[in-house]
Amino acid sequence: MKPVNFDYARPKDVAGVISLIGDESRVVKILAGGQSLGPMLNMRLVQPDLVVDITGIEELRQVEDRADEVGIGGCVTHSDIEDLRVADVTRGALPKVAAGIAYRAVRNRGTIGGSITHADPSADWISILSAIGATVTLRGPDGVRSLAVEDYMLGALEADLRLGELLVSVNVPKLGPAARWGYYKSCRKTGEFAHAIGAFLIDPDRDVCRAVFGATESKPLVVSEAGDLIGRTGERDLAQGFDSRRADELIRDNGMNDPIDRQIHVAALRRALEQSGTV
Amino acid sequence: MAIAEVEKQGVGVSMLRKEDDRLLRGRGQFVGDVRLAGMKDVAFVRSPIAHARVKGVHPPEDLRSQVVTAADLEGVKPIRAVSGLAGFKPSDQPVLAFEKVRQVGELLAMCVADTRAAAEDIAARVELDLEELPAVHDMIAARDKDAPLLHEDWGDNVFLETFVDVNIEAAFDAPIKITREIKTARQSMAPMEGRGTVAYWDKRMEQLVLISGSQMPHIVRTGLAECLGLGQHQVRIVSPDVGGGFGYKGILLPEDICLGWYAMRCGHPVRWIEDRREHLTAGANCREHHYVITAYADRDGKLRGIDCEATVDSGAYSSYPFSACLEAAQVASILPGPYDFPSYRCRTWSVATNKCPILPYRGVARTGVCYALELVLDAVAREAGLEPHEVRLKNLVQPDQMPFDNITRKHFDSGDYPEALQRAIEAIDVKAIRERQKRGEENGRLIGVGHSIYCEQGAHGTSVYSGWGIPMVPGHEQATARMTPDGGLELRVGVHSHGQSMETTLPQIAHEILGIDISKIKLVHGDTEYTPYSTGSWGSRCAVMAGGAVAAASRDVASRARKIGAHLLQVHVDDVELVGGRVKGPSGSVSLEEIAHTWYRLPQNLPDDVDPRGLEGTVGHKPKRDTGTFSYAAHAAVVAVDPENGDIEILDYVIVEDGGKLINPMVVDGQIYGGLAQGIGTALYEEMNFDSSGQPLASTFADYLLPGPTEVPAPRLDHMETVSPYTEFGVKGIGEGGAIAPPAAIGNAVNDALKDLGAELVRTPMTPRRVLEAIFAATNADSQDHSDRGGRT
Repeated sequence: MKPVNFDYARPKDVAGVISLIGDESRVVKILAGGQSLGPMLNMRLVQPDLVVDITGIEELRQVEDRADEVGIGGCVTHSDIEDLRVADVTRGALPKVAAGIAYRAVRNRGTIGGSITHADPSADWISILSAIGATVTLRGPDGVRSLAVEDYMLGALEADLRLGELLVSVNVPKLGPAARWGYYKSCRKTGEFAHAIGAFLIDPDRDVCRAVFGATESKPLVVSEAGDLIGRTGERDLAQGFDSRRADELIRDNGMNDPIDRQIHVAALRRALEQSGTV
Repeated sequence: MAIAEVEKQGVGVSMLRKEDDRLLRGRGQFVGDVRLAGMKDVAFVRSPIAHARVKGVHPPEDLRSQVVTAADLEGVKPIRAVSGLAGFKPSDQPVLAFEKVRQVGELLAMCVADTRAAAEDIAARVELDLEELPAVHDMIAARDKDAPLLHEDWGDNVFLETFVDVNIEAAFDAPIKITREIKTARQSMAPMEGRGTVAYWDKRMEQLVLISGSQMPHIVRTGLAECLGLGQHQVRIVSPDVGGGFGYKGILLPEDICLGWYAMRCGHPVRWIEDRREHLTAGANCREHHYVITAYADRDGKLRGIDCEATVDSGAYSSYPFSACLEAAQVASILPGPYDFPSYRCRTWSVATNKCPILPYRGVARTGVCYALELVLDAVAREAGLEPHEVRLKNLVQPDQMPFDNITRKHFDSGDYPEALQRAIEAIDVKAIRERQKRGEENGRLIGVGHSIYCEQGAHGTSVYSGWGIPMVPGHEQATARMTPDGGLELRVGVHSHGQSMETTLPQIAHEILGIDISKIKLVHGDTEYTPYSTGSWGSRCAVMAGGAVAAASRDVASRARKIGAHLLQVHVDDVELVGGRVKGPSGSVSLEEIAHTWYRLPQNLPDDVDPRGLEGTVGHKPKRDTGTFSYAAHAAVVAVDPENGDIEILDYVIVEDGGKLINPMVVDGQIYGGLAQGIGTALYEEMNFDSSGQPLASTFADYLLPGPTEVPAPRLDHMETVSPYTEFGVKGIGEGGAIAPPAAIGNAVNDALKDLGAELVRTPMTPRRVLEAIFAATNADSQDHSDRGGRT
């Protein structure tokens, strides 16, 4: 279980990365935290010609404070967020979720950009960032573009990344003072990938109400106008207003045929709501 | 003061482990730590297909000298692990496959290079021409007449069928008859250290040296020599520190033989370190049982009989030395458990399938047996309207019946099974749980309490195993004790510690007899060159057998030291005693240091009639009866089941065990904790699935879940001490028990939690999905037919 021989590069800036990864003739993998890529290399599931290590790029480790959002560099680690080395603008949502990702050893190296680019449906960032309404910024040979996180993920292990593009930042909106969020995942054991995730955000000041069913077969199911589903925003106990039958229909209509899967996912969202009641 | 210190080191003392000073500082030496000049690495080409005809294995022409295929292995015999049981069909496990492959991961070629990565590069270039055959992946379907055959000359896929009937018909009129179909998943046992082998030819000793973490170096030597056509004096097995074995390191692997063969020819050491994918998919499989079990009982819970058909998925080959029928054949003899009932019938099949050979794993066969029997007893209790422990107490062998010959003629040496159970019931507080169940939980979870009890035969010897006809029938166990000139002691034993703490516990025994400070007692083991022949560490036998041998050898040395001591004191030997490391006469004493110094360095001061064997001796030991010790334990668990998402949380866990006299109670506690963790793995997490083409579906620990620190509760332990009448100090084998009872106790607790829903789980692991499937099935059955007792999944 050892990787094939590959070339290795560690550029100092994003332009250096873009110049290396636009070549169609060779297989290139981006190495950030390596928590998924490392095992995949060792098992030879990927056999790249070139590995581009982006952890030496200062820009990707920066956090940019903008008017209504923060831009978190792609190489910021889960533990950076967990330990509040990145200022929190989500009323505790991101640090709390970060602290529940896998194990500390993984969190010390694993990165936010790497996680959502790897696009494992069971991973945490993809679901909570979708609920929060975060976007990603991609930079490539043709310039810069931005996408909602849930649109960036195309499907299981597939991100909307064009040839030569690199995720440079994850942009997290600053939540209003009345915002409430919840996150619940069903795992068979501590640190394991989830088999169901429920996440939501209600931010009355910005008129945002979103719900997410995560850890599905593919990308998370995001309900961007979730008011009817998860109840009125003014209620103290949000779970009271939760319409579980409607939630069940919704995920069934989106292809989740197995009633046990549906029950676990509906329960996850309801429990996310129950948690928020005590915020 | 010296005596006070001495008393803290003998039998029964919870001493810190001597080996931990090395192991906890990361200074152990495992196979992977061995560095030899010129050593090259090996990667194997393994079959990607479960069942296929091998049409060709084609190494790249430019690398031909670095690749070994079956065609190269002239004169190498296949591995053949036979059983003498009537009707057993032996399998030939090729070292490198040639005519057929019968499991994914079977070896097809060996590639050698300077590094493992380079060896894997070569392996990737070896072209395979395999013609896929239909695979047998289901052990029940494998018994069908028209099932594809693994070993064509057999005519079927059954290694062995056994049958026992003790008046079962007498039970048929019992008012309660409960039948369940019960399954335990295939698992892959997971020692932290996988397998690995370094092999080289020692020119001076004219020996093939194999360094390989092994529970039984001497048996491996015998098997390896036979396969390679060597004299056994030409083979040396070194087993260094071993990072857990659990049975997996009791097996002679084809990889060992390949490396040995190559090392004899290549002029440099070669190394293969198993990676976790090889380990999970091609190596360490175990546990897969299927039962159709019926309990017959009276309304008061008294058992009238047990009737069972048990099938074990033995995989493709019979592994050396245990044989493929190790589990199934034992099922028939141990299924009655600690109970006394009058009628019994059991038919077993050891079935060949296109999967890895099933290997012995801690608690061999007993974990499945305990799960099946204890689940069906709880079902009897529910039917009879009794508490499960009431049913058990009605049927357990009573202390005044001991020693007791049970219905399969197992000889229970001693014990008080009802006491163990009652202590567990009180400690877990069944009454309080019943009250809590009535109140219900605010969060909607369902609380259940369950328990299980087993007895475990350990250290059984010649009279039990001779009938099996396996390559490792244990006889007398030997140990060598040798005093060193400075008054220290070397102990040499042929068993090997793969975590059992023998570097501490065996010296404790020697200390008990000789009084030598434990820091001066060195255990030498894990090397065929330096130790007496032994069948090794398995079957919960080391404390009883090697411990007994160490005691005998220590006494032998003690008697000779006393004679020398008496001479030095100028008194008669009958007037001295050996206490606290000193030979004491009526007045004055002499230390063992002085005695040793005299024997080795000042022989002129010895008496003329001194025993010329000196202060060294090899002595054999067998217990007074070799039918085994029976340790036992009652486990009790409280669980909370979440009926919405199927999660199971263990809220409380109690273990009441009796291992007779404990040499080191702390070490026993450690054994129990570790066993419990593995039992929880069996109960809730571990599952090695295969698809219908025989492909293993878990190749990493992301897919194969093991319990971690947050999943294993701190159990409450209670010890009983009923000594064995047959062994040295009254010790009993205890190493495996922790892993036996948890699936049954947890399973019964889960079923107790679900009983009002009419749902019942009858297979391991009890995953969230299976919990919900059982609830769904019960709910649907309920809506269709109110008389039905609901779903079982």
